[in-house]
Amino acid sequence: MLSKMKTTAAAAAVASAFAVPASAELTGDLTIFLDTSNPAPRATMEAMIARFGEKHPDLNIETTVIDREAYKTQIRNFLTANAPDVATWYAANRMRPYVEAGLFEDVSDLYAEPAIAEGLASTKGALTIDGKQWGVAYTYYQWGVYYRKDIFDELGLSEPTNWEEEKANCGKIVASGRACYTIGTKYLWTAGGWFDYLNMRTNGFDFHMDLAAGKVSWEDERVKQTFMNWKELIDMGGFIADHQTYSWQEALPFMVNGEAASYLMGNFAVAPLREAGLTDDQLDFYQFPVINPDVELSEDAPTDTFHIPANAKNKEAAREFLRFATSPEEQTIINNGKNLGQLPVNAASSVDDDKFLQQGFKMLSTNSTGGVAQFWDRDAPAEMAKVSMEGFQEFMVKPDQLDKILAKLERARGRIYK
Amino acid sequence: MTVSSDIPETESWFHRNQQRIAPWLFLAPGILFFAVYVIAPVFQSFNLSLYEWDGLGEKTYVGMRNYEDLYWEYVDRDAFFTSLKNNVLWLFLYLLAIPAGLFIALFLNQTVRGIRIYKSLFFFPFVISQVVVGLVFTWFYDPTFGLLNTMLAWVGLGPINVLGNENLVTYGIVAAGLWPQTAYCMILYLTGLNAVDPEQIEAGRLDGAKGWSMLWNIILPQLRPATFIAFVVTIIGALRSFDLISIMTQGGPFGSSRVLAYYMFEVALSEYGFRMGYGAAIAVVLFLIMLCFITYFLWSMYREEKGH
Repeated sequence: MLSKMKTTAAAAAVASAFAVPASAELTGDLTIFLDTSNPAPRATMEAMIARFGEKHPDLNIETTVIDREAYKTQIRNFLTANAPDVATWYAANRMRPYVEAGLFEDVSDLYAEPAIAEGLASTKGALTIDGKQWGVAYTYYQWGVYYRKDIFDELGLSEPTNWEEEKANCGKIVASGRACYTIGTKYLWTAGGWFDYLNMRTNGFDFHMDLAAGKVSWEDERVKQTFMNWKELIDMGGFIADHQTYSWQEALPFMVNGEAASYLMGNFAVAPLREAGLTDDQLDFYQFPVINPDVELSEDAPTDTFHIPANAKNKEAAREFLRFATSPEEQTIINNGKNLGQLPVNAASSVDDDKFLQQGFKMLSTNSTGGVAQFWDRDAPAEMAKVSMEGFQEFMVKPDQLDKILAKLERARGRIYK
Repeated sequence: MTVSSDIPETESWFHRNQQRIAPWLFLAPGILFFAVYVIAPVFQSFNLSLYEWDGLGEKTYVGMRNYEDLYWEYVDRDAFFTSLKNNVLWLFLYLLAIPAGLFIALFLNQTVRGIRIYKSLFFFPFVISQVVVGLVFTWFYDPTFGLLNTMLAWVGLGPINVLGNENLVTYGIVAAGLWPQTAYCMILYLTGLNAVDPEQIEAGRLDGAKGWSMLWNIILPQLRPATFIAFVVTIIGALRSFDLISIMTQGGPFGSSRVLAYYMFEVALSEYGFRMGYGAAIAVVLFLIMLCFITYFLWSMYREEKGH
């Protein structure tokens, strides 16, 4: 431990020695590949890059924005063939294949700099593989239950804090002719969010991570308990019908029309719900309730990241860009309500006044002591994520098939983790 | 005087063999591209299917392991079994496009005012992109506001979620695929019908043929070339079905509408797929299935040519 501290300190000294001349004058080309293809994030990113360009007038910056879905397959090609200097990606296991293939640059030196070491401490773990850091986070957002406050008021319900209350609430909502939760599982990952929460609340963060890492059998009794809790909600008619045909966006109208009372989702669902006409009086947020009081609360907070490809040409400028993008000022700007509308990663930046961001920030900084997960399809290896989320979807449609589904997942586990 | 007698002797090798070389020269670009982009990748796929490779790191030779895994997936009724089963369903159901196209063609093969408009209306689905066809049918099947369920409600039938039901989903997608494919077959038959010999029809009529027997004995034999082409394009269309599945269900619900082509994509190239070798093995299986049909088509074309 002591020797590790020493090397960190030494690295910090070296890095800061280099950092001063580096930031003085940057020249040459800097190519940036972005997957922020939706209009608002795209504008945010382009404005931030423009501000970076103003500070470094001699640097010729080229930005390429690639469609978010297409990016996921293209990154495999451009990292090897035609690497940019900076590329966006995701934290945790999602970056592992590229780290292991030696395609991402080790940026541990950045984390040795005092400003970054202090500012980015909260996301450091998500960007660490084999004791080294492979990129920096630039935004993250909370998950939780977004609900129709007016419906809760009408039925005399309050925000649940434990599983019994959650089920009691749901019973009353179903009795009023509505579904408790809207969800669209056509693209599978939404079911992964439910599994994340149910399993983390039932068995705790460490167990959840062990399961994602393939260390626990899917036929374990504890895993079955998670599904049994899930089954209670399914059997009482908690979820909307035909969810397997909808995307997450197509599931929004059920909540807007009042046919469903709540939605377990990431904070990005707030914008379309507001656009559809729900006011902040009608829409509110609560943390997923406690199921097993013996485990600490842990949350999903997916993190979006910047990386320097190993084959980048202008790594000096790229490092400076990473410093810039994670600086407190830029973090405050790009994550505010007018831009990304998410949470800043730098501890020294301030969170927007938006009530959902404030609640989310408070939840993640004070009430998520068990740990912060990335999301099932970022924490588990891609192949296992795919097979298991298909299993979750099948389970939500045919809960009686649980044993068959778990046996299939256990077979997949035997094949995938070697 | 001597000059003229010298000419045939000074004629170059190229000039003497021009007749035989010319076709090869014209074919050369095509052959080259076919070899580089079609033939070579076939062998590369065979080779790749013997490796385990994530597309980034080192390839590891695993022999026939990928095929063994496929076999076990078949035995366990897992994804590969579903894909194979759906491919068979596609093959048979897609063939319905041929009789359907024939009957629409017969129906449209008359001279009334504005027949060209009707013909183009029937041909329309083939012109629009498969992506659009997929979207149109997805909305048509939508369990809450789709036209299908609205119409079923008129006759008092309950709502059905075609694309969300693992037993119905493949039929739903095939029905969407039949829409443009029928139009394609119809066009093939319409052109075929133009070439039908009116004298033979006249002769048949004198011999008392009409209705079904006229169609079966006089018209259909003359439409054999059109039928053959319709058969070829439909079989190939069924085996390469991919876009509709990708648009309408992404292989879901829980993987029950996968076919081999889509499964290969999912395993090797999609967001969650990194198993190039395994994808190649699926591609090889698909290729072998196609090869049966291709061999049959080539053989019957060869036989036809010999007959002439």
